[in-house]
Amino acid sequence: MTEAIERDVMEFDVVIVGAGPAGLACAIRCKQQNPELMVCVLEKGSEVGAQVLSGAVIEPSGLDLLFPDWRDDPPAICVPAVKDEFSLLTAKWKLRLFTPPQMNNHGNYIVSLGGLCAWLASRAEDLGVEIYPGFAAAEVLLDESGERVIGIRTGDMGVDAAGLPKDGYTPGIDIHARVTVLAEGCRGSLSKQLISRFKLDEGCEPQTYGIGIKELWQLPEGRVTPGLIQHSVGWPLDSRTYGGSFLYHLDQDRVAVGFVTGLDYSNPYLEPYEVFQQFKNHPKIKPLFEGGEIISSGARAIVEGGLQSLPKLELPGALLIGDSAGMVNVPKIKGTHMAMHAGIMAADRLATSQESTGWDAAWRSSPWADELKQVRNIRPGFRRGLWLGLVNAGIETITFGRLPWTLGHHADHSSLKLAAESDRPEWPKRDLPPRDRLAGVYFAATEHDENQPVHLQVSDTDICITRCREEYGNPCTRFCPANVYEMVEEQGAHRLQINSGNCVHCKTCDIKDPYQIINWVTPEGGSGPNYQGL
Amino acid sequence: MKVLVCVKRVVDYNVRIRVKPDGGGVVTDGVKMAMNPFDEIAVEEALRMREAGHVSEVVAVTIGDKKSQEQLRTALAMGADRAIWVEHEEAIQPLGVARVLKALAEREQPGLVLLGKQAIDDDCGQTAQMLAALWQRPQATYASEVVISGETVRVTREVDAGLEVIDVDLPAVISTDLRLNEPRYVKLPDIMKAKRKPMDSYTLPDLGVELPPLVERLETTPPPARTGGFKVESVEELVATLKEKGLV
Amino acid sequence: MSRLLIVAEHGAGNLNASVAKTLACALELKPAELDVVLFSADGAEAACQQAAALTGVSRVLSVARPENGAPMGAVLAPQVAAMAADYDYVFGPSTTFGKDLMPSVAALAGVPMVTDIMGVEDGRTFVRPTYAGNAVDKVRVPDGLVVATVRAASYKAVGGGGSAPVEALELDIELPTHSRFVEIRAGSSDRPDLQSATKVVSGGRGLGSAENFQVIYSLADKLGAGVGASRAAVDSGFVPNEMQVGQTGKIIAPDLYIAVGISGAIQHLAGIKDAGTIVAINKDPEAPIFEVADIGLVGDLFKLLPEIEAAL
Repeated sequence: MTEAIERDVMEFDVVIVGAGPAGLACAIRCKQQNPELMVCVLEKGSEVGAQVLSGAVIEPSGLDLLFPDWRDDPPAICVPAVKDEFSLLTAKWKLRLFTPPQMNNHGNYIVSLGGLCAWLASRAEDLGVEIYPGFAAAEVLLDESGERVIGIRTGDMGVDAAGLPKDGYTPGIDIHARVTVLAEGCRGSLSKQLISRFKLDEGCEPQTYGIGIKELWQLPEGRVTPGLIQHSVGWPLDSRTYGGSFLYHLDQDRVAVGFVTGLDYSNPYLEPYEVFQQFKNHPKIKPLFEGGEIISSGARAIVEGGLQSLPKLELPGALLIGDSAGMVNVPKIKGTHMAMHAGIMAADRLATSQESTGWDAAWRSSPWADELKQVRNIRPGFRRGLWLGLVNAGIETITFGRLPWTLGHHADHSSLKLAAESDRPEWPKRDLPPRDRLAGVYFAATEHDENQPVHLQVSDTDICITRCREEYGNPCTRFCPANVYEMVEEQGAHRLQINSGNCVHCKTCDIKDPYQIINWVTPEGGSGPNYQGL
Repeated sequence: MKVLVCVKRVVDYNVRIRVKPDGGGVVTDGVKMAMNPFDEIAVEEALRMREAGHVSEVVAVTIGDKKSQEQLRTALAMGADRAIWVEHEEAIQPLGVARVLKALAEREQPGLVLLGKQAIDDDCGQTAQMLAALWQRPQATYASEVVISGETVRVTREVDAGLEVIDVDLPAVISTDLRLNEPRYVKLPDIMKAKRKPMDSYTLPDLGVELPPLVERLETTPPPARTGGFKVESVEELVATLKEKGLV
Repeated sequence: MSRLLIVAEHGAGNLNASVAKTLACALELKPAELDVVLFSADGAEAACQQAAALTGVSRVLSVARPENGAPMGAVLAPQVAAMAADYDYVFGPSTTFGKDLMPSVAALAGVPMVTDIMGVEDGRTFVRPTYAGNAVDKVRVPDGLVVATVRAASYKAVGGGGSAPVEALELDIELPTHSRFVEIRAGSSDRPDLQSATKVVSGGRGLGSAENFQVIYSLADKLGAGVGASRAAVDSGFVPNEMQVGQTGKIIAPDLYIAVGISGAIQHLAGIKDAGTIVAINKDPEAPIFEVADIGLVGDLFKLLPEIEAAL
């Protein structure tokens, strides 16, 4: 649209992008420390929690800090951890291993992170935080010099697929704030822009990610052991590929099951969704699920680079917290406590001065940076395969990360081997639902108005049908857990079809595409998955 | 002229409905709730009438527990002038709702009452007609076009046979169908403003309403799963089968 | 023994097909007397005769008044309510006629109402769909008159061959004048609306292109059916989005649904859960659509569709 659009402007002291654990903890703490502060949280999902997905076993220290009495009125799904199990899977067997100390969950809770966020949001609103679900922060607003963030612009509503206004077109508004807090979660679309524009990752190791796919199941009575936490490594992944499963037993005959595959995998024929389904159909796992029903499912990328990949956490007028920055302790498989503590720490500063300067240094001298430092070499150790990775993890654990080196990462988009050098994995037939990715997407209840611009921007689709097809065999058609990308053959010619309506906002395509020509931008606010209890 | 718009809090249309394993209804815990989509169309129509100068005040009404106030706030954010919340924690069915609305109509004296043609939870589609009958005013159901002229309103109704046009005298009750309009996007600043708009609250005794006996729900089950039938070998066999079933 | 009244819909000299289906439901209650009433300006003789021929009817009552020329709920309701005093049950069809009228009747009689009966458990217990057919409730009505609409798709029309008496009935009550019929127009397109069509032909990605979709339109027109599409067909740009049937499109319940070149993704099936008979035509015998279709036909749709059209 070329003509100037008149936009409403709203002013806040703090605007927070993303109603996840980091953003909400930050908002809550801001109001607890300074009730006068005007705090606004924007959330692209149709409601808080609709697009939050995690395992999730959490350390409750952040919650304890915000609401010491939270156990009196806990979130909807909240089961105390009872027992940990760690196993190695082969195609037929399951071998119990010693549970690494990081995976000891005594005192922790299994939650639905979406449920926890909804719970946090209602507490935050009671404190006077303005939370706006259904509004995507689509652009960052910079001052005239282009050197300072002054707020964000929400996405326009009612734009058709060609980019023209429909009836009811409603332009987005500008939200100005003294400080903008980016709490978008892993591979946030605004964080990505700012990290690149302000070179926040200069001198850092490339970020690396995983793709986590999760289902929530209702099982026949009496099968679950509430509080049992099971993790596995090994099959269905080969020993060169990082990843593993989680299986958390909840109350009311429910289990959360999922599989994380490191996105630095090299075989372009690998299909993370199929890996997850194969795990469920493993002879030792499948009996748990037979006769059950899926309640909800979804997928989300996880940031795995650790301390060495963490960008600078501040820029003029804005700061990064939580997974937007990369605050995940991979060996613990936990980021929620880090996200919440980062939100709390940032809020403690913002309560008195709405300045971003000094945040990076403050966080890096915190115990949370120490926590990441201690485990920094464990994830990259798995670049050399599962066995050496486990040995290295053992050594790093015994030495508390004090060895005098830091291992590096490679960018996930550059880790694929050529299709010609790779084998197509062969999987046994399986019969637990869902049948395929499309059937899985059904349980994500994802919804996008069909008549809106495609939010998966592919800058050069020629590459898809020429180079990518020949070199990598179009891995986007396999790494996407929602079947968004399809190569369609029409009269002998190939064409990339983007089923953007299926998108569950996991960001895998933005990360893994080998040519980095896919750019994930926010669709119309309120679009996307509507998770229940993930 | 004043318009009363009735809105209902229902499970959001995007939510995949799941029946509770014990048969006691559908799962609503932790499930996204929203304004009944047909009611949203009713609110939109009322706002358009006000913007066209036919209506001076748009009043949104709901009956329900505290959480149902959220849907009134949505109506206020869309542009309603004020809201009435009738506090009622227990189950209420269309006849009871109609009695409450009749009491409110007598109190507020609106020129029009607008409601969705049905709620997407119970799918009853009764309230508008029941209100009209009790209030002894015209009912124009399934409206896909509404034109106000003076003391009458011309309503185009979506009926099975096509489009039926009727004239009704005001005050009247209109129930809205899908094609009447496309509700506007709520603007973010208006959500903030909505928090400061007036909301009156009443209880059923305040309104002097007594509820009728309920239709008792004994059990809720998932719909029977479809199972495949049979395959036919030829077009002739297909057509013969369809003819036999009286389908072609 | 109970007495049951059915309010019949009729038009253009014919009894509406929903009446014979409503009757099928009513007969499950084994009423001692089962009357059918028709409201008209002129006595609607032909429609009355058709009603009189239906199995199980005790009497056909014809209420002729000038005000009854067009079936307006607000005008008919006081008349039905006045008659209701003599009955234990008053049923109407779940057509827009019945759905508009019956709630007013219930309100005037001061009783709650049951919408869309799809099954009868006993004299006071009924089964009905909620949440767009995603759940089924078994409900019991309180004591007193039972007012309900009957979901036509759940019942098979009763047969003919009966010969009930047709009696004129005069109802001496005052009717409201606040509502006036102006006109009725058939739908804007010749093709029935997807949402309300009793037959629907839908095409999927198997069609291959927008041009090829012509074979779907052609068969639909031959059948007098509405036209739908799967999301894959919409996403491929063959047809506009308003034709989409399924989870993110329209949820429909035609008597006959013909799915052509549609694989049968769960998202699509969510939109046709309530359809009467599903016919699937697909070249892939393993397609999931065959797991739910009542009648399947495996083969090339471009060859089969013209053959079907010719055979009809």
